[in-house]
Amino acid sequence: MTDLTAVDVTVTLDRTQVVKAVSCTVKGGGWLALIGPNGAGKSTLIRAMAGLVPYGGTITLDAVDAKTMKGKERARTLAYVPQEPTLPPDLTVEQYVMLGRTPHLGYLATPGRHDRERVGAAMARLDVTKFAKRPLARLSGGERQRAVLARALAGDPRALLLDEPTSMLDVGHEQQVLELVDGLRKDAGLTVVSTLHDLTVAGQYADTLVMLDDGRVVASGTPRTVLTAPLIESVYAARVNVITGSDGHPVVAPVRRPTQEVHDQP
Amino acid sequence: MSRRTALGAAAAFLVVAALVAAFVGAADLNPLATAAALIDKAAPFLHLPTSLDPLDKAVLFQIRLPRVVLGALVGGLLALAGAGYQGVFRNPLVDSGMLGASAGAGLGATLAIVYLGGAGPQVVPVAAFVGSLTGVAVAYATGAAASRHTVLSDGVATLLLAGIAVGSFLTAVQTFVLQRSSSDIQAVYSWLLGSLSAASWQQVTTILPYAVVSSAVLLLHGRHLDVLAVGDEEARALGMRPGLTRAIVVAASALAAASAVSVSGLIGFVGIVIPHIARRLAGPAYTGVLPLSLLIGAGFLVLADTLARTVLSPAELPIGVVTAFVGAPAFVWVLRGTRHVGT
Repeated sequence: MTDLTAVDVTVTLDRTQVVKAVSCTVKGGGWLALIGPNGAGKSTLIRAMAGLVPYGGTITLDAVDAKTMKGKERARTLAYVPQEPTLPPDLTVEQYVMLGRTPHLGYLATPGRHDRERVGAAMARLDVTKFAKRPLARLSGGERQRAVLARALAGDPRALLLDEPTSMLDVGHEQQVLELVDGLRKDAGLTVVSTLHDLTVAGQYADTLVMLDDGRVVASGTPRTVLTAPLIESVYAARVNVITGSDGHPVVAPVRRPTQEVHDQP
Repeated sequence: MSRRTALGAAAAFLVVAALVAAFVGAADLNPLATAAALIDKAAPFLHLPTSLDPLDKAVLFQIRLPRVVLGALVGGLLALAGAGYQGVFRNPLVDSGMLGASAGAGLGATLAIVYLGGAGPQVVPVAAFVGSLTGVAVAYATGAAASRHTVLSDGVATLLLAGIAVGSFLTAVQTFVLQRSSSDIQAVYSWLLGSLSAASWQQVTTILPYAVVSSAVLLLHGRHLDVLAVGDEEARALGMRPGLTRAIVVAASALAAASAVSVSGLIGFVGIVIPHIARRLAGPAYTGVLPLSLLIGAGFLVLADTLARTVLSPAELPIGVVTAFVGAPAFVWVLRGTRHVGT
């Protein structure tokens, strides 16, 4: 259980402020989803949390300033999964998952029995044990995402930072992967911070939503308070209906403009 | 093939290659007497009688054996350096002569032959060694400086491009020096093609410390290279320092290649083909590719040198010709069977 808090976090890339004084917090074992239009700064904020881009302001992990942590110490606490992880095609799933143990190994150490046990447990938890000896190139999209999560889990982190964990998956595999993440959150007490582009899905899994637009927080709170039609329409320049689904969560349904408005007649 | 089986097979290959090389040569040594002499040397407590006369003994122990050992060292170092560079640059088409290493060695040797020819034969290896390391240092510094002002985020491509630029520049200087001193073309050319004909125990002991240090450093960084395969950003998220790893592996590879080249001249193909064969045998993990490259490279060069000194016996072929003659078709064969050329 690790609380993660960002206070006035600002990130400047190529002299442009991409994240502007963002503050947000997620309690240990919670799931915070960053939402917002393309280019809003969601991925950059998550990379700042992972310590991969320099930032102004403060990010704390259980009240410890992340800037005071060494790279390895931070890597043991936080596992980061980018939107498109690099998967060396010929590496086997087992070898790939073992890379997740890196933050626990001394400079010249080789993985020992304990590391192999943790790798085995992570593969079993994500149900990829039967592919252990298979090269990454021969996995389907859903299997690949499970292998990536197994690598993240193998490092025994206390929080997962997931950048669009399901952007390459169909709706069935998306649900399967998000249920797995939710399961990890519940049984291992992992804190989850993720970006999610599908607003309905974000509202179903996260307990806190933070909506970013042009690097700033424009709304934050529970899915019910953030996912409102007027806010989404203004931030995304979209037309949507927000209805309540059979599971009680808000459903964001795009609405098409009447055709005569779409096709300007000459 | 499992990593352990592959390592066993590669070690056996090296031993067989070394034995073949010890038994074959221009001097026609009695095989039985040679075997007895070798066993006697390895295990003198057996007091094995040998019929090898003193002259043949000198041929075996002062000419052939140092050449076998030197060939093994050179081949192992070149293959290991190639594997190290391929890991650092995440590119399977990189070899041990990259980053100005070969061009620097060539320029160093040329300058020594042309301007220091009177200073004795020991000067050329030293000049080649210094030239090779200087070439890599200049390429690395240029690439590191350039990558601070580029959009290529991790600097790997910038470094490779800087290496190509520095290499071309050094080769141009070398050509210029050589054009002004055409009487040395023969000597320079034969150095460039590579040869182990001057092998001696003294050369072995000279490069041994560099060989041991650079090999140890490279073999200890296999796991780091495997982590680098997921890219700089993910490696950093795993708590690694990719820039530091890259600097250490490049330095060790440069040292390995420079010490090999200093005693052998430029030998192509070993640094690029052998790591591929290692990968085909035991998969892409560098924890396996590095030790396998060392063993297979050593065995391969010992065999290539045996061919170089026996095909036209008593004349010798340049070993660079043999490695390319065997290496090029082998490389085509490897490429045919490679599913993924990129990473």
